[in-house]
Amino acid sequence: MTTTIEPPELISPEEPGGPDGHTPAAHRGEDDHAHHQGPTGILNWLTSTDHKVIGKSYMITSLILFFIAGIMALVIRAQLTTPTASLVSFQTYNELFTMHGSLMMYLFAGPFAFGGLANYIVPLQVGAPDMAFPRLNALSYWLYLGGSITMMSGFLVAGGAASFGWVSYAPLSNATNSPGAGADLWLMSLALTGFSAIFTGVNLCATIFYLRAPGMTMFRVPIFSWNMLVTAILILIAFPVLFGAVVMLFCDRHFGTHIFTVQGGGVPVLWQNLFWFFGHPEVYILALPYFGMVTDIIPVFSRKPLFGYKGMVFATMSIAALSTGVWAHHMFTTGVVLLPFFSLLSYMIAIPTGIKFFNWIGTMWGGQLSFQTPMLFSIGFLFAFLMGGVTGVLLASPPVDFMTHDTYFVVAHFHQVLIGTAVFAGFAGFYFWYPKMFGRMLREDLGKLHFWGLFIGFWVCYMPQYVVGLDGMPRRVAAYLPSNGWTTLNVISTVGAFIIGASFLFFLVNLWVSWRHPIPAGDNPWDGGGLEWFTTSPPPHHNYSQLPPIRSERPTWDYNHPEHRTIHAGRHVKPSDTPSEDEKVGASS
Amino acid sequence: MPTSVIAVKAVTNGSPGRPRPADRATAEPSGTSGHPGPRHARRWRRRALAAAIGAPLVLGGCNLYPTYGASRGVTTQGQETFKLYSGMMTTGIVVGGLVFLLILWTIFRYRKRSEEMPRQFHDNFRIEILYTVIPVIIVAFLFFFTVITENNVDAVVPVNATVTATGNPVVDIRVTAFQWGWRFDYTGLNVGVAGETTEGPNNHGPQMVVPVGQTVQITLVSDDVIHGFYVRDFNFSRYALPGVTNFFDLDVMHAGTYNGQCTQICGLYHSEMLFSVRAISPAAFHLWARAEVAAGHTLQRSGSSAQDNPPPNTHITNGSGYNTPAEAKGDQ
Repeated sequence: MTTTIEPPELISPEEPGGPDGHTPAAHRGEDDHAHHQGPTGILNWLTSTDHKVIGKSYMITSLILFFIAGIMALVIRAQLTTPTASLVSFQTYNELFTMHGSLMMYLFAGPFAFGGLANYIVPLQVGAPDMAFPRLNALSYWLYLGGSITMMSGFLVAGGAASFGWVSYAPLSNATNSPGAGADLWLMSLALTGFSAIFTGVNLCATIFYLRAPGMTMFRVPIFSWNMLVTAILILIAFPVLFGAVVMLFCDRHFGTHIFTVQGGGVPVLWQNLFWFFGHPEVYILALPYFGMVTDIIPVFSRKPLFGYKGMVFATMSIAALSTGVWAHHMFTTGVVLLPFFSLLSYMIAIPTGIKFFNWIGTMWGGQLSFQTPMLFSIGFLFAFLMGGVTGVLLASPPVDFMTHDTYFVVAHFHQVLIGTAVFAGFAGFYFWYPKMFGRMLREDLGKLHFWGLFIGFWVCYMPQYVVGLDGMPRRVAAYLPSNGWTTLNVISTVGAFIIGASFLFFLVNLWVSWRHPIPAGDNPWDGGGLEWFTTSPPPHHNYSQLPPIRSERPTWDYNHPEHRTIHAGRHVKPSDTPSEDEKVGASS
Repeated sequence: MPTSVIAVKAVTNGSPGRPRPADRATAEPSGTSGHPGPRHARRWRRRALAAAIGAPLVLGGCNLYPTYGASRGVTTQGQETFKLYSGMMTTGIVVGGLVFLLILWTIFRYRKRSEEMPRQFHDNFRIEILYTVIPVIIVAFLFFFTVITENNVDAVVPVNATVTATGNPVVDIRVTAFQWGWRFDYTGLNVGVAGETTEGPNNHGPQMVVPVGQTVQITLVSDDVIHGFYVRDFNFSRYALPGVTNFFDLDVMHAGTYNGQCTQICGLYHSEMLFSVRAISPAAFHLWARAEVAAGHTLQRSGSSAQDNPPPNTHITNGSGYNTPAEAKGDQ
């Protein structure tokens, strides 16, 4: 074990050239302020086409919307501590849960992942200087910001914001039942943010297919980027359908069409079919990126490569493929869908999801696990998603869905799934890549307080909701009867929600402390394996001037630990091994 | 009764002295029933066997189908659903619990203890195949029971039938959901009950009265937007969809009053769109129906003609999407 292997020779990435005509940074680690000719300050932010600036803008915007939606959730929970509508009126309550769901689903969970972290991390992971279409990327962000403001402005108009639930079922959402500009702003916002998502999807596909660094074959792309590719394809399948449905509903509301109204010969349930054909892939658009984050994080803190890399890729693809054929499991109680087909496909999603679980466990198996904040959040994700996943299997059964549909059982289920992914895994990703993005560390102690608050609050909040749902409490009710006996469970759930809310104070303090008293992160604080850890923190304008040889999905690890480097699946290089001919050829190409 | 004793001895294989359930057969004053001896003994033998096999099952019955917070169901359909739910919960707790323990154990066992580099292994083909195949088997198992239950829960008697295949009377109730209330029209009895649910504080909404032990066929429609017909103790819900006529059967087994509520967001007063179901004996039910007619709670002709002449764009379905009541009628 005394012999060490010299790190392989570094290679230069292809001349990025770039759409802006920048030259690459001269040296690894050198920032390029010197030759990045352009506006500075706010004008730089407004005009930037740099994926890192856009990614950060996405993240900041989506986190602000996350906090707004979270405060709405706390108002909703506070209302339910008493049976009567004691805090807000029925109308306000309906607006609040509609906007809470819409902000979380359309404006936080998706954009935070594919607009924020993916925008920032994917080009770094595949060794690209930027996204394939930087100006389209900027357009995506501005459409997203415009769409978000459009949706929020619903609160300012007469009649209030949209109040028909985030799924906007026809005919409740038509002009007769939901008059007022709030509903129109909601629809317009979906159109704008939908296009933002489509453009980002195009960009991610093109970047991952065409801008990979030399040596990075598809099966060396890190799982986070793989999942973003699959997510992007799902976006291209799902969002155009949503846009079509939104346009149809808008025509019903304003141009006298009767697509979703019985009176004119339309079919209301068509909206549900179109919406859920978008909506179920959307669930995986919200889940796959977060699976990818966890899949990248667990190996780093286990000091091992990912277990079952190809299994992971195929599991992701199967989930995506199946997700386009399960939409009607949201419609089991409509009475107009073929139950066994949608039930079977929904059950089948459990299989690739199970594979992922066992791969995560296999990655930790035999490792040296250290529990820094990103790893804690990842483990929190495993437990949260396990619970949400098991109850999800129950809901794939139509009779069980009949008994629990639209009750708090379902509310608890999808909150556990979505908080498991978008919050536990999302913040795991945020804590993990924050040092790369800002060049400074977040505090471990505050991060751990954040984690434990979230973890405890999560179980206190949602476990009672399963019980109260099985006891018959429907979702989206602003009041219930004292004789229902649901008060105690609702109070417990609300306490949990406020614990979750409080835990985010630690997060905000953490950001503030890290901003005021920075601890420099260095290039690779976690000893990560992905290519993104090879460049500086934060990376220079064009990301890389030199790249390590890419022989696996973790080239930085291979470079830093040549005696433990990955050659190919199933092999562990012995210290006496010397680089093969193949690698020498690759390194010089 | 020598034959009787011989028969019992044959069953118990001649081991006297120990008290056995079958021994009680000899003490029973037999012959009063008029049945011949051997038949009498065989009945006791069967009872003894049933007790031996059944006792653990009955005692463990509550363990075989724990409620896990749900209602056991007061309809035959609801009871089937409950059994499926309970079985799936048990499966879920076992499988989920094993994965939970596996994660917990892995975290504990492989926590960092030294700076030594762990073995850098990537995969294990056999284990990966194993944990692909096992979920496939579990899913196939769950799907099998799901389909059986689903077919039973969704089964309906033909529309306008007055008795079921087993001769049980059928009561037709047309349930109309509207913003914000319910109307229950008993088409065969000329009874119509309606109630808005925003009439005052703590209003429990209108009540649907049904006979216990008979088949109630619900025809569910909506006047305006989508509503959800849901009764917790029936373990069942179904949308009232504008433009769609949904049918389902309920066989209520136990008398009582059960709370129901709209579950699908339907506008401002969704929270207060309550109703209840009162199940009473068939005799009491017919008395109730007569009293309602006498009180003037009769059908409103305007709202109840759609079943006979559905509008052109109306789907008629029993819920499974591939077997309409009209077709079901043809099968009979």
